[in-house]
Amino acid sequence: MSWEPVIGIEVHVELLTDSKMFCGCAVGFGAEPNTNVCPTCLGLPGALPVTNRAAIESIMAIGLALNCEVSERSVFHRKNYFYADLPKNYQISQFDNPVCVDGHLDVDVDGVIHRVGIERAHMEEDTGKSTHVGAGGRIHAAESTLLDFNRSGVPLVEIVSRPEIRSAAEARAYALELRSVIVELGVSDARLEEGSMRFDANVSIRPVGSTELGTKVEVKNMNSFRSLERAVEHEIARQIELVDSDGAVVQETRHWDEEAGVTHSMRTKEGSSDYRYFVEPDLVPMVLDRQWVQRIRETLPELPAQRRERYRGDGLGGSLAGVLSAADPALRDIYEAAVAEGADPKAAANWVTGEVIGWSRRHDVAASELQFDGAALAELVGMVGEGRISSSAAKEVLDGVLSGEGSPGQVAEARDLIQIGDRTSLGALVAEVLAASPRAVEGYRGGDEKVVGFLVGQVMKATQGKADPRLVDELLREQLSA
Amino acid sequence: MRPGPGVAEAGRQLRAGETTSVRLLEGVLERAGSSEAQVHAFLTIDRDRALETAAQADADLADGIDRGPLHGIPIALKDNMCTRGMETTAASQILAGYRPPYDATVVSRLGEAGAVVVGKTNLDEFAMGSSTENSAYGPTYNPWDTTRVAGGSSGGSAAAVAIGSATAALGSDTGGSIRQPAALCGVVGMKPTYGTVSRYGLIAFASSLDQIGPLTRTVEDSALTLEAIWGHDPFDGTSYSGDYPDPKAGLSRGVTGLRVGVVKELSGEGYEPAVESATADMVAKLESAGVEVVEVSLPSFEIALSAYYLIAPAECSANLARFDGIRYGHRGQGATTEALMARSRAEGFGPEVTRRILLGTYALSAGYYDAFYGQAQRVRAAIQEDFGRAYQQVDVLVSPTSPTVAFEAGARTSDPLAMYLSDICTIPSNLAGHPAISLPVGLDGQGLPIGFQVMAPPLGEGVMYRVAAEVERLAGFDVAPGLEEVAS
Repeated sequence: MSWEPVIGIEVHVELLTDSKMFCGCAVGFGAEPNTNVCPTCLGLPGALPVTNRAAIESIMAIGLALNCEVSERSVFHRKNYFYADLPKNYQISQFDNPVCVDGHLDVDVDGVIHRVGIERAHMEEDTGKSTHVGAGGRIHAAESTLLDFNRSGVPLVEIVSRPEIRSAAEARAYALELRSVIVELGVSDARLEEGSMRFDANVSIRPVGSTELGTKVEVKNMNSFRSLERAVEHEIARQIELVDSDGAVVQETRHWDEEAGVTHSMRTKEGSSDYRYFVEPDLVPMVLDRQWVQRIRETLPELPAQRRERYRGDGLGGSLAGVLSAADPALRDIYEAAVAEGADPKAAANWVTGEVIGWSRRHDVAASELQFDGAALAELVGMVGEGRISSSAAKEVLDGVLSGEGSPGQVAEARDLIQIGDRTSLGALVAEVLAASPRAVEGYRGGDEKVVGFLVGQVMKATQGKADPRLVDELLREQLSA
Repeated sequence: MRPGPGVAEAGRQLRAGETTSVRLLEGVLERAGSSEAQVHAFLTIDRDRALETAAQADADLADGIDRGPLHGIPIALKDNMCTRGMETTAASQILAGYRPPYDATVVSRLGEAGAVVVGKTNLDEFAMGSSTENSAYGPTYNPWDTTRVAGGSSGGSAAAVAIGSATAALGSDTGGSIRQPAALCGVVGMKPTYGTVSRYGLIAFASSLDQIGPLTRTVEDSALTLEAIWGHDPFDGTSYSGDYPDPKAGLSRGVTGLRVGVVKELSGEGYEPAVESATADMVAKLESAGVEVVEVSLPSFEIALSAYYLIAPAECSANLARFDGIRYGHRGQGATTEALMARSRAEGFGPEVTRRILLGTYALSAGYYDAFYGQAQRVRAAIQEDFGRAYQQVDVLVSPTSPTVAFEAGARTSDPLAMYLSDICTIPSNLAGHPAISLPVGLDGQGLPIGFQVMAPPLGEGVMYRVAAEVERLAGFDVAPGLEEVAS
């Protein structure tokens, strides 16, 4: 039988608000343990939560960017479970009335656009962090556990896709696209390695053609896009192998082991855990006024998909449009200003995403700090297009411009990189070279095409590389055929 | 032993130079000294800190700094309100020795109002109970008869005010926990509109029902104390942010022209004859004083108690989950984190708290939620609708506060359902979030106080106090517990 994978992805995003979800403590990575804490995020007796308005605006922006509906009224629930780093032993989360519902995200898998449905995006608070000491950090044999509540109460948005992803590659593409949207909105730093963006994948398989869902397995602990793809791929293969050898998939949570490249069972879920959700009585229902939603909608930036579409409209290919769209905003600004000055979009995009990025990395200069603008890029692209400088000379010109030596024209002059481009003087030079190379001329007339390359080389040598090679080639053939 | 002056009278004496805050406090401490062995109203008395605050209050007043009606007044706090650096236990073993790092909003407000905190009063553990017998530190007894209970859960606050070991006190009321002990101890106890007094720093029992309020000896004192503690608090997400009424506005206006509803469902079987006749007498007196009396029926009141005993335990099961021995409070031994948490809780919580946590956990469980918690929420909505219909006809509703006077200590401890019935008259106001007050209207044949309840619509504290002030005048209740006679 042939099997179809069915994948849904849950993404947790920590918001980069000034303060936590329900108290005034600062949000930040890397502070001394238990310094950003107060009675509320420590779950002390008597402390109460107060909703952070900025976090609600952030989740509304996320929802709108993901084409969701923003609920007019939204409610917090308590999700009850005991865990040492969950200070109240319940998490304030959302249940049947989340802030955002029914959206979608279009993702590009090898040039084909897939639309992935988004069931919901809801608001919740993060837990603290447990560090198990001894026994290599494994919980069961650990000697002790350290608790850091700095992360406790940090605003967390959970985005739940519909089970509409059909391959590991699509899972990865979805995660990447989602991250680019979040980064574009500026609501989170979305760093996988710091855990400010975390993925869980729900994977099941079913016979091709079936519309029923199989038993799902939740896969956790993927901390890169690559490990997400590998983990999903592995899990699909594991399930198919299991079922093909007459086994059955068990509903459980599995832990991805990056080094071994396999998933391990963490715990078996008997049915689903009973979190005993009920309405959080310490908070009143949120009324998400339509005018408020409209104001948030108006402040949304151009999203990656819209920008890629616009770049494709400039004439860029899909891949180049994607790379440029994902580039630093300062670089995109340079590109856009150069195109506005009349530069060829494709050439401008290639320069920006190639040499300019390369230079900034080599010199460790942030894109926004570069001494470069759209006018300079347009001038550079123009000079190459007109044949005034060669492609290789242009790289030198760029280096000069970025090193602060002046405009492309000034650098080309100063570094003596302008090509000899006028036919008369170059024609005379060509004639001189031909006169000095009678054997080559004879060879050409005898049908040996290769000598043209040698002759071009001779002319270039005579001009110290400043001739336009295409023009030299053309003049050589003219005179040889005469 | 007379209980000493109330809030308004003590304030008058202070400003007339007839007494000082320190002397008021000394009087209060002296009465505590001679009554605590029999009554046990307090869990903590912080004599030094109180004396320091009182001396400061005197110095301020001498410098012309007058912080208002509570300036220099000795006030006791139920021990479920957090006081920075002062032990706060909620009468539970699980919080033995716990000193909060912060003050509850009401404590800060009392501080700003110049009040002097005498100490922390006894309660049923986590405010769960109606007799203050569920305290891990021993019961509070009724000053009118120390073989009887003080009511609860704010029994310590009610007893302290009755004796005068506090001039006023704060309690918390989830299902009647201010009003019922006030009734049983012969003092004035008031539960404000939900959301008007901040719950920040109140150790939660049932968040959607809990409300802090004053226990005092007079209606005026109640209004003065309420004014000092209520108002919008940005630290409480359920705090009311609109306009607040003036609770004192109607105190001396009389009641002519008002319509008073007598709740039909809060009478009959289970109500002591003395309680019923005292209630009827007061209704008759009110009628003579110029109110129009209407009998009203609120059928949903019959099932209010059942709904309450699903909602309150459900909320408490989550609210008390934080007491796990990990960050503070009693820690039991266990080989794993889970075992440590389980042990801490098993050792730290008393039987009634455990019972309610189990009840609430069950009521919220998958498959039972709708039949229990969901249904209880629908009853709650029905109660609100019934109240709404009644208030289209009448300005306030009246009833007994408690079906009985103070009962014998130990009489109901082994019968939780009988104990739960103590709150049958008070629970509807909590479920609806409405204000209500209890005040003494007389003594029964055994010399035990009888409480009378006035309920009002949300933010109806003005009309509630207006009627209560008239009830107080009509009752002429001017007796104090004869503790010395009992003792001798």
